[in-house]
Amino acid sequence: MIELENLAYSYGGGELLSDVSLKLAPGSFHFLTGPSGSGKTTFLKLCYGALVPTAGHARIFGKDVREMTRDEIALARRRIGVVHQDCQFLDHLPISENVALPLTVAGRDVQAESQNLADLLGWCGLTPRAGALPPQLSGGERQRAALARAVILSPDVILADEPTGNVDWEMSQRLLHLLVELNRMGKTVMIASHDLGLIRAAKQQVQARVLRISGRRLQLAGADL
Amino acid sequence: MTVRSFAREMLSGDASADRVVPPSGFTAHLTLFAAGVMTFLAVFALALSLATGRLAERWGEDLAHASTLRISAPADQLGAQTEAALRVLETTEGVASARALTAAEQQALLAPWFGPDVPLEGLPVPQLIEVVETDDGFDAAGLRLRLATEAPGAVLDDHTRWRRPLVAAATRLKTLGLLSILLIGGATAAMITLAANAALSANAQVIEVLRLVGAQDRYIARAFVRRFTLRTFSGAVVGLAFGVVAILFLPAAQDQAGFLTGLGFQGAQWLWPLLIPPVAAAVAYAATQRAALRVLGALT
Ligand SMILES: Nc1ncnc2c1ncn2[C@@H]1O[C@H](COP(=O)(O)OP(=O)(O)OP(=O)(O)O)[C@@H](O)[C@H]1O
Ligand SMILES: [Mg+2]
Repeated sequence: MIELENLAYSYGGGELLSDVSLKLAPGSFHFLTGPSGSGKTTFLKLCYGALVPTAGHARIFGKDVREMTRDEIALARRRIGVVHQDCQFLDHLPISENVALPLTVAGRDVQAESQNLADLLGWCGLTPRAGALPPQLSGGERQRAALARAVILSPDVILADEPTGNVDWEMSQRLLHLLVELNRMGKTVMIASHDLGLIRAAKQQVQARVLRISGRRLQLAGADL
Repeated sequence: MTVRSFAREMLSGDASADRVVPPSGFTAHLTLFAAGVMTFLAVFALALSLATGRLAERWGEDLAHASTLRISAPADQLGAQTEAALRVLETTEGVASARALTAAEQQALLAPWFGPDVPLEGLPVPQLIEVVETDDGFDAAGLRLRLATEAPGAVLDDHTRWRRPLVAAATRLKTLGLLSILLIGGATAAMITLAANAALSANAQVIEVLRLVGAQDRYIARAFVRRFTLRTFSGAVVGLAFGVVAILFLPAAQDQAGFLTGLGFQGAQWLWPLLIPPVAAAVAYAATQRAALRVLGALT
């Protein structure tokens, strides 16, 4: 699915990530942890082609990011659902249309998928807010909407950057459950999170591997969590 | 892209692509206004070109038509002087051909004044010689001198010659008119490019979100391109309407009036201004497409 090989990245100063190698196998479930500023968001951006590695290789669905055209990256994004840490929306469109946006831009018939959309909004607890505009949502509602938008196309890979940062425990369990369900359906999931409680909870439901960014390297955290 | 798919894309409208970019009230009106003004100006530049073109053509024909040599002499000398004048003309540089008009032709020329029934044979009518010039024309002063000795009764009437510089001026005006149309087109393209760039940077977040959810550049560009193309087209239609009305209400041309009052379109020429809105829309389409793809290409 996504393959990183001796990858390094720097924003221009010193290297933020060095010598990172990782293969995301289909159907795997990963957590990504590390101190704030260690490069989790950067790492995820490398995984969906928003950043190009300064050294080494990043391959998405078998293609080297460096050789992909902009259109190929766009098409790859339809197979990778991304939940941004700072969820951004089209502020002039209601939540339901924002969640359906990946369908719209992929040229899919939004009407035909309206039941899916309604189910998904219901699952994320957004049904009462479906007609609201993004600026009218709370931080947690925005995160749920971002997650719904990330999974509406039923992507092969889901990359979520702190998807539960602003929601209460119960809601975070719900969202986790959604991701676990998707993983059981064969989707590859990677969640960047500080929330050790969430990671522990996930480990009871699914076989999750925990990666930690530490000292610019990516390490596999032990079973001590 | 074929014309048909282009038209379908613009008219039927991928409304979804349109909706993803927030509406932009004020700048939309500015684009509309500017497109209208540009079209209004283009209508006049076009009218100027076409009118001066017509004028140059008509006067040019008159010029090519010739000058006239009129020989007034006592009846017994008329024939000899005519022959002498023809000889002179034959050897004059710049004269393509010269021909004495027959009595019947002269009668036909004079009929409007005298009526068909007046017998010209009995009147001392001067003999007319039609002189056709080469493109370079002849030296009128030199010809007059030679004629004065060979055929003293000959008068060279080159009344159309004063028009020669005017034809040159009319041709120049026509070129200037066409140049103005090109410049107006260029200014429209520049203006739309600026407006499109402003719209693209104002919507940076929209573009980022669309890109994140897998929209291709073509899709993102279309939302902007469609907007500016339609806006320019509507603005141009309004500008065209005003321009045409203004031209219709110009004082009517009179026969001897200068080209200014003849400004306007005649017959099939009315089809030309109708081309302005589609051409303006095409210019807007190309300009926005280029601006959008350039801005998008620079993003990650
Ligand atoms: N566009 C950028 N240009 C320059 N430096 C950047 C840029 N984006 C991030 N950085 C820097 O790179 C480092 C890693 O940032 P990143 O966002 O990946 O951290 P993170 O692990 O996601 O942190 P957090 O847990 O707070 O979200 C930070 O020091 C940040 O300041
Ligand atoms: Mg981060």
